[in-house]
Amino acid sequence: MKRHLTQQQIPVAASGVVLALLYGSGCALFPRFGSLRVLINLFGDNAFLGIAAVGTTFVIISGGIDLSVGSLVAFAGILVAQLVAQGVAPLAALALALLFGAAFGALMGALIHFFELPPFLVTLGGMFLARGLSFVVRAESLAITHPFYDSFIAQTLAIPVSRRLSIPFTAICLVLVVIAATALARWTRFGRNVYAIGSNEASARLMGLPVGSTKVLVYTLGGLLSALGGCVATFYMQSGNPASFVGLELDAIAAAVIGGAMLRGGVGFIPGTLVGVLILGVIQTLITFQGDLNTWWTRIIIGALLFAFILLQEMISRFARRD
Amino acid sequence: MIFAIGTLFFWAAFAAALWAARGRVVFWPLLALGLLLLFDQAVIPGFFSLEARGGHLYGARIDILNEGAKVMLLALGMTLVIATGGVDLSVGATMAIAGAVAAQCVVSAHLPALLGVAAALGVAILAGAWNGLLVAVLRIPPIVATLILMVAGRGVAQLITGGQIITFDNALLAYLGNGWLLGLPFTLALVLLAFGVTAVLVRRTALGLFIEAIGDSETASRFTGIPAPTVKFFVYVFSGLCAGLAGLVAAGNIRGADANHAGLTLELDAIIAAVVGGTSLTGGRFYLAGALIGALLMQTLTTTLYALNVSADVATVPKALVILIACLLQSPKFRARLPRRRERRAS
Repeated sequence: MKRHLTQQQIPVAASGVVLALLYGSGCALFPRFGSLRVLINLFGDNAFLGIAAVGTTFVIISGGIDLSVGSLVAFAGILVAQLVAQGVAPLAALALALLFGAAFGALMGALIHFFELPPFLVTLGGMFLARGLSFVVRAESLAITHPFYDSFIAQTLAIPVSRRLSIPFTAICLVLVVIAATALARWTRFGRNVYAIGSNEASARLMGLPVGSTKVLVYTLGGLLSALGGCVATFYMQSGNPASFVGLELDAIAAAVIGGAMLRGGVGFIPGTLVGVLILGVIQTLITFQGDLNTWWTRIIIGALLFAFILLQEMISRFARRD
Repeated sequence: MIFAIGTLFFWAAFAAALWAARGRVVFWPLLALGLLLLFDQAVIPGFFSLEARGGHLYGARIDILNEGAKVMLLALGMTLVIATGGVDLSVGATMAIAGAVAAQCVVSAHLPALLGVAAALGVAILAGAWNGLLVAVLRIPPIVATLILMVAGRGVAQLITGGQIITFDNALLAYLGNGWLLGLPFTLALVLLAFGVTAVLVRRTALGLFIEAIGDSETASRFTGIPAPTVKFFVYVFSGLCAGLAGLVAAGNIRGADANHAGLTLELDAIIAAVVGGTSLTGGRFYLAGALIGALLMQTLTTTLYALNVSADVATVPKALVILIACLLQSPKFRARLPRRRERRAS
């Protein structure tokens, strides 16, 4: 048990150290980097990625993979924008988008479970399907102008910190989702089942765990959180765009892996995923502050980080198995 | 008149191919391709027209072959990788790197084009070797291992091109993407050559057997004395080489290296081509000809949808359905629910 804990904790601790180093170096290099505004924006700007990445983390822990994330985020965004433009109440539009995301995920999960199809291909199909459907809903981007968005979400639900600074609702959503998901993963039967199935599906089945319903639920949760990410993205961008968030699933997977999840399944830590998302965000912010560093360095650095964390994970798990 | 006979000849050849493929896995994607082409001939006017201009053949079917060439090249390497139970997500990024290297060799370093081609293929092989190292030596799961290069590779390509689209005016490099050979696009000859070499390599030697054995059970293959790590390393290097070739074709097509868009999402198309062609993602069996037909099927579908004025954005929906149908047809669980033909024949 103790070794199991360290096996999970070392990568998360390592990513925490990396985050602290990156953030610290940013503060040392740029005088305004350490300001509260940058910190708040770090959460607010990356909220949709963080929420989607939490869903991805559950899927990865269960031993699967979800490639439909980016398309579903875009779909939820354009669906909400289109419905609001047609006069549907924003809350109803948001609820409908969430419902669609959950149903879409459930359908993928059902295909994966009942026909034993590879998650990679099913969610790849889901990615193409959701992307195409986004363009069916509306072929170009659409701004959302509604009092609910302009005043309620942007002002009433934001927590003021000082006269000119407030914590946006998107950041609050992210923190709430991470707390709820952590509780779900750690202290519920569903959470423990997800870990068990990811570690060894055959033994989970022999133990009498509800493998089928848990797998379908994991993809349902993934779809739901992707749609929620899309809804939160509309709060942030005040618009929906069917062509947006291409490849977001890769960022989500990268965040989960950097945060300690293993694509083999059975290992993962929800707050770690938040750390992973923040690392990606800090790299982005650093490159923006630097100004003359080119954006392609972001990709190379993320790739290098991925490599380092995967190597660390492999070494730890091999060490743990050897004992 | 000549082309009416040509069309008749085409269908006769197609029927002969179907007859030759009966009872094999390749039959089904070939049948699907035939049905789709039949639909095209019936519904889309001018789809089957062929025109000879300046000694070159033009027509929708030629376009399909030419446009599908990149995915066909990628699918050859991808099929072998999938057969070992792996997957290579980095081929799209490797294409971008190869194109960038070739363009910079010619444009910035003023090297002869042949050296540029060699350098591009060399770098692509290196990229494959990196994946092979991670998968075969460090034993990292292939999805994660190749994800690293998928994420970082496009950044590397942009680093090489300096974020610009490097255009070139080199006859040889342009020929790789746009050239003609015996009235047909050169890319077709390249695909056939690559297919021939690959088929001989895996079917005339024990290599194909080794690959399938590893995909079936790596442990068992190791006990029978198959050098599993070496074979796995080889398939990733081979996939990198195929991606390099595809990258050169992509650069030749537009006479330039576009690090942002060259090969974007083609890794997914290559995986789809392999799967539609009958190769299962679990590994253990592979069908090279099936992968080529799978690539052609997907390209024909895309061309058909464009001809029907379906926008490129919405065209992903039918693509998704083809993927789902292909993997459902491969699923033993799904097939068990289908009415069994074989039992009737046996009784």
